[in-house]
Amino acid sequence: MKALVSELRPAITATLVLAAVTCGVYPLIVTGVAQAAFKDKAHGSLITGPDGAVRGSSLLGQNFTAAQYFHPRPSAAGAGYDAANSSGSNLGPTSQKLNDAIKERIAAYRTANGLSDQEAVPADAVMASGSGLDPHISVKNAELQTVRVAKARNLSVEKVKELIAASTTKPSFGILGAAGVNVLKLNLSLDALK
Amino acid sequence: MHSTDWLQFALFLGILTLITKPMGLYLMQVLDAGGRTWFDPVLKPFEKLTYKLLGVDSKREQTWLQYTFSMLAFSLVGVVFTYAILRLQDVLPLNPQGLPALSHHLAFNTAVSFTTNTNWQSYGGESTMSYFSQMVGLTLHNFTSAAVGIGIAAALVRGIARSSVKTLGNFWVDLVRVTYYLLLPICVVFAIFLVSQGMIQNFDGYTKVKTLEGAEQVIAQGPMASQVAIKMLGTNGGGFMNANAAHPFENPTPLSNFIQMLSIFSIGSGLTYYLGRMVKNQAHGWAVWAAMMVLFVGGVLVCAHSEAAGNPIHQQLGIAAADGNMEGKEVRFGIFNSALFATITTAASCGAVNSMHDSFTAIGGLVPLFMIELGEVVIGGVGAGLYGMLVFVILAVFIAGLMVGRTPEYLGKKIQAKEVKLCMLTLLVLTLSILGFTAWACVSDWGVAGLNNSGPHGLSEMLYAYSSATGNNGSAFAGLTANAPWYNTTLGIAMLIGRFLMIVPIMALAGSLAGKQAVPPSAGTFPVNGATFTVLLIGTVLLIGALNFLPALALGPIVEHFLTAQGRLF
Repeated sequence: MKALVSELRPAITATLVLAAVTCGVYPLIVTGVAQAAFKDKAHGSLITGPDGAVRGSSLLGQNFTAAQYFHPRPSAAGAGYDAANSSGSNLGPTSQKLNDAIKERIAAYRTANGLSDQEAVPADAVMASGSGLDPHISVKNAELQTVRVAKARNLSVEKVKELIAASTTKPSFGILGAAGVNVLKLNLSLDALK
Repeated sequence: MHSTDWLQFALFLGILTLITKPMGLYLMQVLDAGGRTWFDPVLKPFEKLTYKLLGVDSKREQTWLQYTFSMLAFSLVGVVFTYAILRLQDVLPLNPQGLPALSHHLAFNTAVSFTTNTNWQSYGGESTMSYFSQMVGLTLHNFTSAAVGIGIAAALVRGIARSSVKTLGNFWVDLVRVTYYLLLPICVVFAIFLVSQGMIQNFDGYTKVKTLEGAEQVIAQGPMASQVAIKMLGTNGGGFMNANAAHPFENPTPLSNFIQMLSIFSIGSGLTYYLGRMVKNQAHGWAVWAAMMVLFVGGVLVCAHSEAAGNPIHQQLGIAAADGNMEGKEVRFGIFNSALFATITTAASCGAVNSMHDSFTAIGGLVPLFMIELGEVVIGGVGAGLYGMLVFVILAVFIAGLMVGRTPEYLGKKIQAKEVKLCMLTLLVLTLSILGFTAWACVSDWGVAGLNNSGPHGLSEMLYAYSSATGNNGSAFAGLTANAPWYNTTLGIAMLIGRFLMIVPIMALAGSLAGKQAVPPSAGTFPVNGATFTVLLIGTVLLIGALNFLPALALGPIVEHFLTAQGRLF
């Protein structure tokens, strides 16, 4: 016990000194460089509308339900796309609740996009993401929504496909990760046509 | 697996192999009190000043008992420090959202969690922690718990390498040198890289935006990159946000994901090279590394295959079978990078997640759980992985000795009853904590009340929680609502057991080995390099892991796998 007590002085001093270095000096250096070199990214890659108001972050998904917008993945973050409460559903493979939710989403997806009961639905369209804020949908998911959006906006399907291509992120260096369509960027580019 | 998946995997393994030697050589310098690094001109004066403030003589080495006491005293002060910050959060600065102080049980759980390098989180970061709590209360431990782990591993390796001595190095010197020369320089560069990928680093209040459809979205902000860099490099794993590395801010691109995965393994992999160098048997270091890699590659392939195959129940509903299981996964990472990350984060004791393990298929979720239960010796946590694996090495040598009927030797040291007892103690304590607490939770109202899933998956949630806490991993089947007095307290105790009842016997083992005379190798000495040794080591790890946990796993993920095939729901 005595041995432990005699170590308390260096222990307390070490805690304070290392806190000053790793929790003071270090984050301030990182913040300084980040603000100087990547100001926009360091503040959340925010997107500003024509009127100067912030409309979202290019990295975070938003909820869309109207027919003229592309729809994002289901979200378990708060009431849906709550960027102050990120979360997945955490429902497991034998969950009745998850099973019922997916069933319902598949039916709704098929109805909204005029698909037959036989047509397979992309997994990302009916399964919630890990963060609840996934900004992307799969390319297939975007393609299946194209006709609906084109019709609602009186646009040609080709024009909408062009915009999808412009909002598609390819895997980094051609191999890392998977391709995805950024829903917010895509919907912003649709709105910008007007 | 697609061809690009194989390419990504090969790229990961290739780069990891390439950085192992340089990292090991650098560790040789950092873990030598008189070692030289590139940073000496800048950092040496600060290092000397730090020893002066601590009142520590950096030339004086400690016995295993003194080293252990220093470590325990430092850890105790760390727990109190963070507990106080969390309890006083509401009156401390950098709290733009006006978040309240944490409850006593959550503050206890969190303080223990970060001190023990576990980073189990019973809370959601953005809805619970102020910037001050994250940046000071938690980040301090991300650095120091990693440095402590590396120091313990170095002390054990010194014990193996030295003979007929009493001392194993100086705790304070290891702590300071690892923090200053290893962790800090890498983290500065790493954090800035992460910001370049889109990670946030600011002290703004949360941003309110009006979405395109006119709803309000509140975007959480904060000094994230500086914390995430050390969270990965130090295999801590505690997320700044609730969704951890699945959150687009916390892991913006496939490239940030790739580098984060590499950083989890980088130090642990380098430590195997350090081992080889220190004991003057580089082939031994690589043999240990090879055993780790075989277990790792096996885990990745099983997990990735299972997630890509998907869930037959959901496919019957009309989901495209080729898409695999996307519940809880992000589009930008896809199936393979999610499975790879899950295996890495549990093979190492990191615990960061880029997908929700709770929503994995039964076998896909079994892999991370099993990786933790093997003792996180596949690369493992920084330091903790090596000292955990060395326990298995000694047991493997012991078993080989029994088979040929000779007193086992490890690198010239006789392995006797005392060493084997200490090794078995570490393993039994972990097993007892995991299975004991899980069993208790199963039959308690408080245990069942926290579940998000029923049936065998409910058991898996509890088993995963206590495996993660005891293994100091920190990942979760996160549906479990653990922020309640009983869970917070029992998980906190499991974390303390997993950290300190592991470290103390290991330090005793190091002290015992250091005091032994070295005997020259003879014809009967079992070689600790080459394929035979690697296979024996893999067998030892698997056998002990399997024997201890197979019954529990059979009632959880394994039975769930068969029920999934039958379409049974709960």
